[in-house]
Amino acid sequence: MSASDAPKLYASREPVFPRRVSGFFRRMKWWIMGVTLGIYYLLPWIRWDRGPEMPNQAVLLDLADRRFFFFWIEIWPHEFYFVAGLLVMAGLGLFLFTSALGRVWCGYACPQTVWTDLFILTERWIDGDRNARIRLWNAPWSAKKVRLRVTKYIVWALIGLATGGAWIFYFADAPTLAVDLVTGQAHPVAYTTMAILTFTTVFMGGVAREQVCIYACPWPRIQAAMMDESTITIGYRDWRGEPRGKGNVKRRSAAKAEAAARVSQAAGEPAGRQYPPTPYPGHENKLGAWPSPDPAVARGDCIDCMACVNVCPMGIDIRNGQQMECITCGLCIDACDEVMGKIGKPRGLIDYFALQDEQVERAGGTPTKIWKHIFRPRTIVYTSLWSLIGAALIFALFMQPDIDLTVAPVRNPVYVQMADGTVRNAYEIRVRNKHGEARPFRITLSGDPMLYLDVEGTPYETVTVPADSMALERVYVMAPPGSEQAEAARTGFRFWVTDLTNGDRTYEDSHFNGLGR
Amino acid sequence: MSEHDDQVPEKTGHEWDGIEEYDNPLPKWWLWVFYATVVWGIGYTIAYPAWPMVDRATGGLLGYSTRALVAEEIAEVEARNADLNEALANVDLVALDETPELESYATNMGAAVFRAQCSQCHGSGAAGAKGFPNLVDDAWIWGGRIEEIAYTVAHGIRNESSPDARWSQMPAFGRDGILSDEEIDQVVQHVLAISGQEHDAQMAEAGSEIYASQCASCHGADGQGSLAQTREFQEGGESFPNDETIGAPNLTDAIWLYGGDEETLTETVHNSRFGVMPAWAEEWRQPGLSQAEINAVSAYVHQLGGGQ
Repeated sequence: MSASDAPKLYASREPVFPRRVSGFFRRMKWWIMGVTLGIYYLLPWIRWDRGPEMPNQAVLLDLADRRFFFFWIEIWPHEFYFVAGLLVMAGLGLFLFTSALGRVWCGYACPQTVWTDLFILTERWIDGDRNARIRLWNAPWSAKKVRLRVTKYIVWALIGLATGGAWIFYFADAPTLAVDLVTGQAHPVAYTTMAILTFTTVFMGGVAREQVCIYACPWPRIQAAMMDESTITIGYRDWRGEPRGKGNVKRRSAAKAEAAARVSQAAGEPAGRQYPPTPYPGHENKLGAWPSPDPAVARGDCIDCMACVNVCPMGIDIRNGQQMECITCGLCIDACDEVMGKIGKPRGLIDYFALQDEQVERAGGTPTKIWKHIFRPRTIVYTSLWSLIGAALIFALFMQPDIDLTVAPVRNPVYVQMADGTVRNAYEIRVRNKHGEARPFRITLSGDPMLYLDVEGTPYETVTVPADSMALERVYVMAPPGSEQAEAARTGFRFWVTDLTNGDRTYEDSHFNGLGR
Repeated sequence: MSEHDDQVPEKTGHEWDGIEEYDNPLPKWWLWVFYATVVWGIGYTIAYPAWPMVDRATGGLLGYSTRALVAEEIAEVEARNADLNEALANVDLVALDETPELESYATNMGAAVFRAQCSQCHGSGAAGAKGFPNLVDDAWIWGGRIEEIAYTVAHGIRNESSPDARWSQMPAFGRDGILSDEEIDQVVQHVLAISGQEHDAQMAEAGSEIYASQCASCHGADGQGSLAQTREFQEGGESFPNDETIGAPNLTDAIWLYGGDEETLTETVHNSRFGVMPAWAEEWRQPGLSQAEINAVSAYVHQLGGGQ
């Protein structure tokens, strides 16, 4: 092969101009977009009363004070396992949904998809539908084109700004921050974060779009491992659609039916063999004719109208089979169902089905029921693991105490002998008060009658811990001179912390180090 | 799945042993991003320190230096803490606990000073070692009140640099021939007796007379040490200047700087001891500790558990 006809190593991006489409999946996507964007933009504005000294924002990631608030739940840094648990659940959830329903996350709920959908929607409002957009793309620069492009990018920038703006409200008191942002009083980090997120939102949702899914996202590459022959995913029933072709529909159908009858009779089959219906909400259950086995007259249901290709936000042809680029958004199903309705054919030429059933249907058999596909060992294992972790987290949440203590024995030095022979150990005790007000706590010890306690600088071994914080107390435990505890290497005992407001108590075991003689 | 040609990606035409390569070209922007990173990389090495030369790397046009940043940050912190340091340098240490914020600042700063300057001898946990006093316990030779600790830190012990250093010298009773070996044995038995350890009663009895004539003037008639006498004077309303204490340890308690067993005591009485601590005030030592640092480390040592 000479250098001149060597294949090109780099290809330009083919711009994608998805056409408007309506139907069941499009409606569902509008609803999901409304709900997810609504949650994202409004969640930081919900208030939640936690007492006078605590933030009243329902969802708040307080990085400065290292607290995470989620409605009635408050997470301290040492309880970060909740976040880890939720991440594991999110991962398992993704596995479960992918193994059962293919890339539903990609097609409906992924922020990249939702925002891209939003950006395509605004683009359509400004520039018009597919054909108008293609014309505009090819048109030379003119005042109109400049005006439309400027309008589009201004609207996109505003969406991006709202997106970046909503993000930072999760990290600070939203109403205060909103005022600060407008008056120019907010921290530079807030403005920088907003600027970065505005840029990335416009870039990823408006400019890069499907390129993010194809080149940047690892998930399309991993998800193939979650899917199998029973996974419900989007495909094209090529046994029904092929051979595809344009032509006078009515005449062709008539000829086809006639030819089919003739050929089937010749083959000894009953006349008018029909394929099983693929029912769907809002569609009549029609029965379609099996394509003729005679290649001379054969015509499939696909009229090659390219509707499925034109509506595809990824710019692919689903009729080419399963592809890495396909995010299974379902828009091609809506587009094809509309066309099938117009030409009087049953819906479902492009549809959700299991790859396994595709083979069965091709052979004329009855496909397995959907619920049998969904409840299979693989999905049951994922669900069990998911529920197990969820149950453990809920259990931990209810066991989570409002007071907590940790004891760190001071090991440098291990013990100190006082002038009168008393042996003294020091401990650093951290008392956590999760209540919304300051509370007094008494530190006591039990387990050994000879050991006694001294809390530095506090009478009655009582310390006051401010609201929602931790107090570090240096505590001394002493054994009298010559006592067994002073002479022994180690003596076990227990620290107690009592909340004097309501009597709640908690403990931690520790050791007393003696002379070890 | 179907017979359509467009389902199969085009091939590059490359073939090795029957293995062919699909033609899946990279997007062009990917190439441009690669060029952009190359340009960025070159610009970066011009703007920032990068290329290794003979003795140092190129400095970069922006003059960026992490050392300079650290120095700047330290200067910033110093400037921010200037008021606190000023207040700490002039504070009345006895009244430090009346200003909790300053006290907290002092103990934190003192901990850092202690780790840097004091821990070499006294240990990172301040528990000391043989010859280096334990600062965590409640026994003090030169006084454990915060102002006494500050004086010790500033002037040190038995050094030549500060004229006001704490100073005392126990005679080397054996080496200088003041007591005979037998007398030393007897007085050691007496010390063992008053500190509640096993001893030979007869020898201790004999030793008590030697103790009364040779040791009691500094260690006190009952062996409670010079600090107990100082406290008695102070309770009697007499002022007792810091530099007049003589640092003779209490011989009756459980704490020994060099050791309380018969062998070590004999060695101590025979040869005496001469522990030295530097004077840390900047006046006597460069680099030394500022008044704020002296006050801070004193506050830190005072709150370790033994402060009086």
